Amino acid sequence: MAGTRGFQLERHLVFLLIFLAVLVPLFLPAPKTVRVTPEVKSVYDRIEGLQAGEIVMLPCEYDPSMAAEMSPMTMAVLRQCFRKDLRVLVTCLVSNGVSLVESELRQMAEEWGRKYGEDYVYLGYKPYPGIVIMAMGEDFRVPFPTDYYNTPLDEIPMMKGVKNYQNVALVLTINSTSGIDYWIIYGTGRYKFPLACASTAVMAPNYYNYLQSGQLFGLIGGLRGAAEYEQLVGHPGKAVKGMLVQSVSHILIVALILLGNVIFIVERRRRRS
Amino acid sequence: MQRELPRLITLVTGMFMAIQYFIPHKHSEQFYQTSLDWLIIVGIFSIVLGIASLVNLHVNKIQRRDAGTKYSYILLAGLLYMILSAILTGTDQQSFFMKGYIAVLNPITSTMFALLAFYIASAAFRAFRARSLIATILLVSAVVVMLGRVPAGEDLIPGIAKVSDWLLNVPNMAAKRAISIGLGLGGSATALKVVLGIEAPHLR
Amino acid sequence: MEQHILYTIAAILSVAIFTFLWRDNPFYKFAEHLVVGVSAGYFVVILVTTSLIPKLLDPAKRVLAGASTTLLDPLVVIPAILGLLLFTRFIPKYAWISRIPIAYILGVGSGAAIPLVLQTYVIQQIYPTMTLFQPGSFNGTGALVNNILILGAVLCGLAYFFFSARHEGVIGGMSKAGIWILMIGFGASFGYTVMSRISLLYGRVDFLVFEWAGPLVRLISG
Repeated sequence: MAGTRGFQLERHLVFLLIFLAVLVPLFLPAPKTVRVTPEVKSVYDRIEGLQAGEIVMLPCEYDPSMAAEMSPMTMAVLRQCFRKDLRVLVTCLVSNGVSLVESELRQMAEEWGRKYGEDYVYLGYKPYPGIVIMAMGEDFRVPFPTDYYNTPLDEIPMMKGVKNYQNVALVLTINSTSGIDYWIIYGTGRYKFPLACASTAVMAPNYYNYLQSGQLFGLIGGLRGAAEYEQLVGHPGKAVKGMLVQSVSHILIVALILLGNVIFIVERRRRRS
Repeated sequence: MQRELPRLITLVTGMFMAIQYFIPHKHSEQFYQTSLDWLIIVGIFSIVLGIASLVNLHVNKIQRRDAGTKYSYILLAGLLYMILSAILTGTDQQSFFMKGYIAVLNPITSTMFALLAFYIASAAFRAFRARSLIATILLVSAVVVMLGRVPAGEDLIPGIAKVSDWLLNVPNMAAKRAISIGLGLGGSATALKVVLGIEAPHLR
Repeated sequence: MEQHILYTIAAILSVAIFTFLWRDNPFYKFAEHLVVGVSAGYFVVILVTTSLIPKLLDPAKRVLAGASTTLLDPLVVIPAILGLLLFTRFIPKYAWISRIPIAYILGVGSGAAIPLVLQTYVIQQIYPTMTLFQPGSFNGTGALVNNILILGAVLCGLAYFFFSARHEGVIGGMSKAGIWILMIGFGASFGYTVMSRISLLYGRVDFLVFEWAGPLVRLISG
């Protein structure tokens, strides 16, 4: 019983330390610079190299559970696209994220004075992302006869002459699901368009092999990737601010791991002797 | 008939979709587009089925007066609130539907995943031990990436950022490539077995 | 004011979820079941407005009004019937009929996957590994060493997953090296997982402090 109570106390102490490691840095100044990695810069440079009026497709496939990591990426990319007068085509193939993505898109469009139907279009949601990705490769109108607001695509000015992936400059999927694999397999695997992904940090290490093979031209991983992108865009926000939180928390967790191992080694030596 | 007909449907549709990839003829493309279109529509019904099953489960719980019945009432109340508010007030930003999304769905799902931070820290302290060479390699790799990907770690330990980058772009990349090749071979073999009827998960 | 009320409800529900850190309790259970119900209700509405209406009801309306311009509109009855057949699973005597639409889903999905998965996961991964040593594909000794390491590591990783031969001798040695390489990959994944989880907690605490508590304190203090 005492052992169980001791275990609970230790667990709750760790919880408290983590909470403080996240809370306290919120009141301290954010880091001034974040080192930019080549995989993030290649996404930024590719979008920066586009001409005004070209269309960037942003499948934003995340829901509120991952918004802390993904929303800063979306806002930074939208900021860059609207700054460069690029047109943006957005979908959300995750049901719970549809309203979240819509509100972020509208917020950024209002900030930049962009007009719906001319500068950006939101297609919304359809089930079975793999099938939708394949169908969009034939014609966006197959899975999406109308946009999110039930306007037929043929009546939207921006969608005139825009049939499928061949009519967009690139696809950057901001994705917290295994849908990135669908984009690689059923999207660029079949239809051969430039594809990059912005993923959660959990999934980012899994896509370095696609980066090396050229199946992805860029990779924005986690809050760190979002911070790098915010810095590149020149508008540091929540992601850059979160880097101090990440620093303190990571150092704490590494210290806990080392402490745990020291205790383990000492206990093992004691048992042996 | 009960087993043969589904097997035949899987075989015909599967073979068509596999072979269609190599046939760029316009009729083949049209059939392909139509198949995908129909699949999205069938998918809509499958999701409705899932939700109907959820409602059925909780209604049965209430009828049987199982333990935790009150929580089933809460679940069904939440479901009904969202559907009724959408019907009565629409789904725009000012509607009660969106208020439910902002006040309930958004914070609770975010917080549930935020809990994981506490558990990963606790697990790292209690269970992450260098008991063997393999465990030590895993531990060192994790520590290098954790410190190499944050500004403070990059400032405290010179060179760790470069080591972390190398780790991600060389050994990690190679490991994920090996896994990817294995997954690809296994995945396509499984898909072929499903199409040929050797494996029929829907017939169990 | 309305936003403050919504955010206060959000904050209370967030704290209810956080109470699980202490132990399972009725507040947590309440919030958990509430979100499942609200999420299901939200999904139903989104499904109806974004999928059911444009893909099924609109084509049906066009056909009934005689305004249809393509053959595809009346043909929508076929997937609609397939979809409805799914519900026969609730009738034990006819439950086997629900296998038909499932067979269609599996067939289309699996058939499409066969050539694409092989191409994307296998061929397009093997090819760049072999072309690492082409002239011009690397710049300097460091890059050459890295490329040799990559080729060796991929082969060792694959050797680990090759279970048709005993892991003895050369295969055994390669397999052992393979598991070391895999552990480096898993360690990197763990490091990034920690980053991801901390980010999510940061998002929540940031909301509670700066989007709820801060404005509320300012509102109360005037």
